[in-house]
Amino acid sequence: MSEYKNFWVFIESQNGEAKNASLELLSPGKKLADAAGEKLVAVVLGSQVEAAVKAAISYGADEVIKVDSAEYADYSTEGYTYALEQLVNKYKPATILIGATGKGRDLAPRLAGRLKTGLVADCTGLDIDASTGTVLWTRPVYGGKSMASIEIPSARPQIGTVRQGVFKRGEPDTGRSADIIGENISIPAGTIRTSVVEKIAEAAEGAVKLEEADVIVSGGRGLGKPENFSLVKDLADVLGGVVGASRAAVDAGWISHVHQVGQTGKTVGPKLYIACGISGAIQHLAGMSGSDVIIAINRDCDAPIFDIADYGIVGDIKEVLPALTEAIKKLKA
Amino acid sequence: MNILVCIKQVPDIEQIKIDTSKNVMLIEGVPTIVNTFDTYALETAVKVKDADPATKVYVVTMGPEKAKEALKSCLSVGADKAYLVSDSVLADSDTLATSYVLGSAVKAIEASEALSFDLILCGKQAVDGDTAQVGSQLAEYLNYPQITSALEIALDGGKVRAKRETEEGNEVMEAALPAVVTITKTAYEPRYASVKTKMAANRAQIPLLTAADLALDTALVGLNGSAAKVVKTFVPERKKGGVKIQEETGELAADKLTALLSNAGVI
Ligand SMILES: Cc1cc2nc3c(=O)[nH]c(=O)nc-3n(C[C@H](O)[C@H](O)[C@H](O)COP(=O)(O)OP(=O)(O)OC[C@H]3O[C@@H](n4cnc5c(N)ncnc54)[C@H](O)[C@@H]3O)c2cc1C
Ligand SMILES: Nc1ncnc2c1ncn2[C@@H]1O[C@H](COP(=O)(O)O)[C@@H](O)[C@H]1O
Repeated sequence: MSEYKNFWVFIESQNGEAKNASLELLSPGKKLADAAGEKLVAVVLGSQVEAAVKAAISYGADEVIKVDSAEYADYSTEGYTYALEQLVNKYKPATILIGATGKGRDLAPRLAGRLKTGLVADCTGLDIDASTGTVLWTRPVYGGKSMASIEIPSARPQIGTVRQGVFKRGEPDTGRSADIIGENISIPAGTIRTSVVEKIAEAAEGAVKLEEADVIVSGGRGLGKPENFSLVKDLADVLGGVVGASRAAVDAGWISHVHQVGQTGKTVGPKLYIACGISGAIQHLAGMSGSDVIIAINRDCDAPIFDIADYGIVGDIKEVLPALTEAIKKLKA
Repeated sequence: MNILVCIKQVPDIEQIKIDTSKNVMLIEGVPTIVNTFDTYALETAVKVKDADPATKVYVVTMGPEKAKEALKSCLSVGADKAYLVSDSVLADSDTLATSYVLGSAVKAIEASEALSFDLILCGKQAVDGDTAQVGSQLAEYLNYPQITSALEIALDGGKVRAKRETEEGNEVMEAALPAVVTITKTAYEPRYASVKTKMAANRAQIPLLTAADLALDTALVGLNGSAAKVVKTFVPERKKGGVKIQEETGELAADKLTALLSNAGVI
């Protein structure tokens, strides 16, 4: 076990750019690494990842391990697991942090299974247990009704996926420098047994970065009809935010699934979350209860969403939303 | 086509109440259900059987004796045969240990039924732990390809083709069989049992597999054999007394909220 050391942050990249979900792990990673007296290493795997490497250094990596090859341009579970397995066997990290993105949660269990080690999913808290020196991972269970703190006492590396938005990205320091170790890892033929045959891109909407937004205004079934999403959009616009939705609104066909927040949608943690005409089912709460400030607008004063809201307006969204948009416009003018 | 669906019995989390005075979860007596996502996985398998009656659908769970109820519920909605993996040494297994047990069970069931599974379906996640790990780890144990978060599947020519959810929209992925596919909330709802299918399910024999039957290395299962261990659970502090605004008009309510937000520095 003692031959394993250093904290790794896996840097997920898309078109060579690092994902926010990865960069925001560098600052808590640094704290943990310092507490353990170890190095913080960013592991960048992808194709043409110069920008991702630079970003990782500016956000605090002490060292970068880089695997840069066209073979990794597209994510595949088996290809990425293979590469990381090789790196882990060579460098023996004590801890690996992975952003709990769709890809992160597809990759991490496969990797942990390959390495026969422990994995903690979708963590919202990271600490070092002072008595043992291992990482204390805290995460919601039972749809967020309870929390569990988990340790991986002896298997190494200890791996966790970390919920997006829990840790805020610090300020980048573009003057920092760090050693960059390049590794060439070629995926053996036959390793990857899956292929993507079609991408059903959600056009311009595909750009909604709910996970990275500071402000989200979400609409639910209470909007009554798809046209009323324009009221939600207007409020989001004055606040510089993006539009989210409940599953009921998505299932009704009012808005695309890429906007959905919750257990089968995105997990978000913005500074401000405004739920409009959303009742607050546990599957919705599971995706947004970690938001800093929650506002609910609902005409039913007993709607469960009010139980977790910091501010609530009991009223009809058709009246309240335009008024709120105007009031905030005035305030900002 | 032989399909195995891995199911888990879980408490109905929507019915779990919190005792706010003691800040504890009241889980005693909460009814158990088949994990919601597993019901979608089972329905997905049974739909394959609808289209191709030569298909056999098996279900397996690792759990206490009581989990037989969950298996019976699966038998009543289209599963052909169920297996229970149960042994006191398996309690508190983490996902790595669970996938080792389930993987061993796959081999044992294949041997006793003299078949091999073309496809193994899991739910995307179990709603008690919400980890979404066992499917991938089972695929790894068996050395099969995996497709996670599938909305629907089609089988042809030794391949499974699945439409799956990603953060950027849906995509269609193909994998060579045998494969493990995890199923998210589907557009279709699971079918209901009838009185007749329920009675048949009640009479069904459910073979039991113990740790010894699976020739498990007991050092790799249960609490002691698990890499990850829960050290404590706690109910998070609830936000108390959020401000509720109720006014005559939307304008008044909006103005009041805006003032509060501005004072609190939120906007
Ligand atoms: C396996 C599974 C996974 C799921 N995953 C998700 C998920 O990821 N995300 C998710 O959101 N849900 C999910 N759900 C669905 C979830 O259980 C709820 O059904 C859903 O969240 C309800 O959406 P809603 O709040 O918009 O609708 P409703 O529950 O119908 O609530 C509508 C609300 O609008 C209010 N309202 C109505 N009219 C007005 C008005 N004019 N002005 C103001 N308020 C009004 C009503 O009082 C009500 O509270 C999932 C369910 C399952 C079974
Ligand atoms: N004890 C178990 N027995 C059978 N299948 C399980 C068990 N635990 C998990 N699974 C399967 O793995 C999926 C994901 O579970 P989890 O990783 O616990 O979220 C579930 O939806 C089930 O299909």
